[in-house]
Order: sequence, then C-alpha cells, then structure tokens
Amino acid sequence: MKNQIDRRSFLRIAGTSVGVGVLYEFAPFLERRPEAGEMNGYFKRTNGEAPASFTFAQFSDPHVGFQGPPNPLGTKAFESAVALLNQSPQRADFVLFTGDLTHDADSRDVHAKRMQLFRKIAGGLNTRAIHTVPGENDAALDGGVLYREHFGESHYSFDHKGVHFIALDNVSQGSPEVGPAQLAWLKADLARFPKTAPIIVFTHRPLFDLKPQWEWFTRDGDAVMNALAAYENVTVLYGHIHRHDVQQRGKVTHYAARSLIFAFNDPATNEDKKQLPFDRDDPFKDLGVRFVTESGAGDKAVALGVNDVALTKAEFSGLSGMQQMIKHNNSIGGSSSNDAD
Amino acid sequence: MTLTKKLAALGLWGLTTGLFAYALPAQARAAETAQVVKITASKFHFTPDRIVLAKGQPVTLQLTSADRVHGFMVRAFGIDTDIQPGKTTAITITPGKIGTYTTICDHYCGLGHGGMKMTIVVEEAVAKTSDAKVGGTPEMVSK
Repeated sequence: MKNQIDRRSFLRIAGTSVGVGVLYEFAPFLERRPEAGEMNGYFKRTNGEAPASFTFAQFSDPHVGFQGPPNPLGTKAFESAVALLNQSPQRADFVLFTGDLTHDADSRDVHAKRMQLFRKIAGGLNTRAIHTVPGENDAALDGGVLYREHFGESHYSFDHKGVHFIALDNVSQGSPEVGPAQLAWLKADLARFPKTAPIIVFTHRPLFDLKPQWEWFTRDGDAVMNALAAYENVTVLYGHIHRHDVQQRGKVTHYAARSLIFAFNDPATNEDKKQLPFDRDDPFKDLGVRFVTESGAGDKAVALGVNDVALTKAEFSGLSGMQQMIKHNNSIGGSSSNDAD
Repeated sequence: MTLTKKLAALGLWGLTTGLFAYALPAQARAAETAQVVKITASKFHFTPDRIVLAKGQPVTLQLTSADRVHGFMVRAFGIDTDIQPGKTTAITITPGKIGTYTTICDHYCGLGHGGMKMTIVVEEAVAKTSDAKVGGTPEMVSK
C-alpha cells in the first residue's frame, strides 16, 4: 500500500465512559490526514459516505425488568442515562447497546413486555439510530427468537462515516460462542475491506478470557480475533461484566462498558463474583456517571497504554434529585430474581 | 472357518478384550482404566456438587442432564463442553495438580444459571484410597 496510515493517530476515541454508557467521539483523522486519502476514497466508493468526525454512545446491560436488592430502582439508571445523553451538547449519531437489554423471564409474555419497555425507553434517545446485540438474558433460552422479533438480526454490519461496525452475537446459542456459521459470515464481511480499515466490533461477552470461571469469555473468541488479526485498526466494545475495563490484546483494544443496573466486583481481587450492594446515598454508585473528555494526545490521565485511543476522565455529579427521591421513597414496587449476569 | 476369517475373529476378540490396548493412544488407555464419577446436571445444580479426585489417577467424568442443555466448564482441566439431555458425555482426565477447582455451567439455562457450579478437589494420591469421593467434606486418610 502506497500510503500507510499511522496507527498512532488513526483511530482516536474521546468521550464518556459514563457508567451509564460510553460516549465515543471520533476525531476527524480521516478527513484531515492527507495520508488517509486511500481510505477516504474507499469508503466513498463503497457506501457513498465520506469519512467525517462523529460521536456515538455505548449503553450496556440495562436489564429491563430486573428489580432486586442490588438495584431497587429498576429502570431509573437507564432512564437517567437517556436523559443524560439527550442533554449532552454532543449529539450522538447513534447508540450501541451491547446486550442484556432485558432481564430474562420465565414467561415469554413477560419477557416480550420487557422488550417493549426497553424499546419505549430507548426510543426517547435523541439520536438517529439504535443498534443492538443480544445478551444471554435476551436470547440464550430460545435461540434468539423473541429478540429477533423485537430487534431484528442479532449479527450484522454497517458503515458509518469511514468506520466499519460489526455486531456479533455470542449468546444466542446458549453457550458463550459465536459459532461456525457466524464466523464464516464475519470472514466474508471482512474480506471486503483493506487491512487498514477502521473496524469496531460490538458484542456482549468479552472475546478473550477475562475471567472464565465467572463466565467472562467466549469459547471461540480466539477464532474471532484470528479472523480480525490481519486488520490494523480494530476496537472491540462489549458489556456483560458490568464494570469498566480496558485491555489491549495485541493490536486490538477491548472496552467493557458499565451496566445500567448494578456492578460486579473486581475479578482481579475476588474469587467469587458478586453484585455490589445498592447504596441509598449514592444510587448510581458503581454504575457511575463519569464523563470522559478528550484533552489531546499525551495526556497523562490516559492510562490505556494504547496508541490509537485517547481518553481522559473527569468526575461528574448531579444526582441530588435522584438521591432525594430515593430517601423519600422506601417502597418501590416490582420484583425479580436477583440472579443476573 | 477360513484362516482369514479366523484371523479376523482373533483380531476382533483381541480388540474387545484389550489384548491390543498397547496400540491405543494414552488417552484411550487412561479411559479404559479410569474410575468413573457420575455427575448429573439440572437447573441449577450439579449432583454431586463436590468431588474429590486423586492426583495422577485417571478418572472418567460421566456427565448427564436431567432436564435441558447445560454446560460443564473447568479450564484447569481443559474441559468446556455442553451436556445434552438423554445423552452421556464422558470425559477422561488425569488430574495433575493438587488444588480446588470451580466448575461452572456455561450454557445459559435460565434465571439461577449464574449460581450453577460445583467443586472438584484434587488431593495427593494415597495407596488404596484412589477412589473418587463425592459430596461433603473430603475424607482425610492417615498414613
């Protein structure tokens, strides 16, 4: 290739790791950098959409329908996240949901109602599109039948302003795997792109062995990553683990988003997985509401150890209204099993 | 019976009686000599939920499901498989390291799935005590 794109400045993400989701902003690396002319031309030819800077958000694991000790507020965090995004001065072009949109239910009708409630809440997002992948709570028991009825295909891809997005389903087979058919589809999908294409994969479970004994892995995650190995600019966004996590595996950075329902404890320091308890005085604690703002390359607050992505963090607080509501409302209805992954 | 048929019959007898076991891979030989531990999966338990194995002694885990598909995953032994109802899944292992290992169901089976696990304890092998023990606290064998 004549014009090699510098990976250090190729894909730059800024934005909010909000606990209530993650807001990513793509710096206009493609539209500005002269060496990116080849990629610009490629995307313009293939989908008529020239690369440009844009913002999107990642929300994860709202578990609509869950209500239990670690979070008696049900969908309040989800609703607050929607309001938060709508108030953001940066409009997100779209929102990705990385699974467990709903909490599982024994009854198909109840589960369907939870999916409808999810759609209602997510429909309040001030954004142009919503893209989802299922979590095991949404799709593992029925092979994704109900999920597809409400949200469409569970794996697909699309291009947006110079970035190729790939939705992978690693839950619908019941086991934590993508499966051979989807893997073949992935390889065929990727074959269309040059090795320098910026690619963002979004899925539910981690595609590497984060903590297998907590079921934080994908059986054929290595096969997925091998299929992506030839590509130089790959980022993976996922959920499932209900906590912020960033890991660099080879050339690929894997980002986990916090959940919108409750957090899990730290796998590095705990033998057993546990939901972190609800804190009445800080109802979104560990879900966190945290803005991440871009502050330029070389910022020492960036602890990702990667070349392609720059994130900085700043605390945000503004939950006094919610805290007041909690303190004055001790009996919030609803019930659900508190077993959630 | 012709000589060919006699040789064929002899070969069949030899295979079925283990005469030619030396020609089998080590894993197959281990499976032939291994003790058997039966484990049943059902929502949301393994029965037994604790077994004690002897280090270095081959054991065949015979996995069955009483209701639906479950998973059986313990990375320390390189095991990650589904357990289909109506079918026995047999896995032979030779535990090589003393320790306590958690096995989980990694095939989502409904609310409660997250708590479906069992424990495999591997202890030092002691003469005459290599039988796999199931359930409860492991028996301590005095020398």
